[in-house]
Amino acid sequence: MLQFSFWDILSNLLIATQWTIVLSLIAFFCGGIVGLILLFMRTSQIAPLEWFTKIYIEFFQGTPLLMQLFLFFFGIALFGVEVSPWTAATLALTFWTSAFLTEIWRGCVESIPKGQWEASSSLALSYIEQMRYVILPQASRIAIAPTVGFSVQVIKGTALASIIGFVELTKAGTMLNNATFRPFLVYSLVALIYFCLCFPLSWWAKKIEGRLNVAR
Amino acid sequence: MSYKLQFAELLPYWNVLLQGLVFTIVLTVVSTVAGIAVGTAGASARTFGPAWLGRIVAVYVELIRNTPFIVQLFFIFFGLPALGLKLSETTAAFLAMVINLGAYSTEIIRAGIEAVPKGHIEAGLSLAMTKWEVLRRIVLNQAFRKIYPALSSQIIIVMLGSAVVSQISAEDLTYAANFIASRNFRNFEVYLLVALAYLLLALLTRSLLRALGRVIFKAR
Repeated sequence: MLQFSFWDILSNLLIATQWTIVLSLIAFFCGGIVGLILLFMRTSQIAPLEWFTKIYIEFFQGTPLLMQLFLFFFGIALFGVEVSPWTAATLALTFWTSAFLTEIWRGCVESIPKGQWEASSSLALSYIEQMRYVILPQASRIAIAPTVGFSVQVIKGTALASIIGFVELTKAGTMLNNATFRPFLVYSLVALIYFCLCFPLSWWAKKIEGRLNVAR
Repeated sequence: MSYKLQFAELLPYWNVLLQGLVFTIVLTVVSTVAGIAVGTAGASARTFGPAWLGRIVAVYVELIRNTPFIVQLFFIFFGLPALGLKLSETTAAFLAMVINLGAYSTEIIRAGIEAVPKGHIEAGLSLAMTKWEVLRRIVLNQAFRKIYPALSSQIIIVMLGSAVVSQISAEDLTYAANFIASRNFRNFEVYLLVALAYLLLALLTRSLLRALGRVIFKAR
């Protein structure tokens, strides 16, 4: 029988950690792009666009991420397309991330004084130009801390991709546990690796937030 | 799309769904009450307790906040029996939920406590109130008023997160969905229905908590 030493377990977990990181990065960046598009729609003051984003956000914030993963995994298959766990996880995490980022960023945009909108529109800037040159440069400063803070939620969210069969850190932990029967060691290590990924980000987010408060 | 959705096939399983729904609601309510109790104790210990206790609480909060709920759940359900502590899947689910919400609410309540002006505490103490009276009537009273919205949304997040307990076969709403899907293979229909049930539950919880907040924190 094959024996697993401590280092075998750790190195296998670290290999799987790469996929947690890759999935997190893709979800975060794609989610950011979709979120930005939604942000433009949400603040456009065009009623149908606003309604669409409101329902979109309500759905993705009001249902469990696990359900969203299942819906993407089994929903796309209804069209007769083969869905890998990789595709389903990427799509679900992207949409889930975008819903939260849009809400976070909307808060930042709305904290910009109304005078900035009025001044820029009296300079004949279009809506897109107002956002691009006046509002977003100011809003993005406030947005950094909560956005970094949310990236921790994205990393933790990728753990759910293990349930639909995507082999990342949590799934690797389950597989190693089944092979070694050392659940305490395996899940302690898994938790420790997640902690090492997330804690620096949490700490950084807190630090940026503190710096903003000093400036005020 | 040539496939037709067949929701009618879910009808025979309505009682399975109902049982799951009840489990999810009970799980949420119990872990909310216990979690906020843990959070209140943790936040009080961190702001007013001795330094060593505060440090322990800080480690607990950071460990929980920086690891996924599913890993905490697996650790409790699969990991702890190795130390001789064997839990049923229901107990493990409740325990994991309380520990999780406890950590988040510690951090939220602590922010509320720190926002209470020092002068109020000094004023209370100078009126010969005991430490406990000051904590209860002045500090926590004001803190909860301030952080109630944040706490409400955390409760909803935890409720949605509870879908994960199905993975250790605690029989919640998601477990019911998995069960039905494995019986009639109408995966998409059942997950769509259950997703909408969660959405409804989230909306209801939000308006219920808002109404509750209005009753508890009546404007004086």
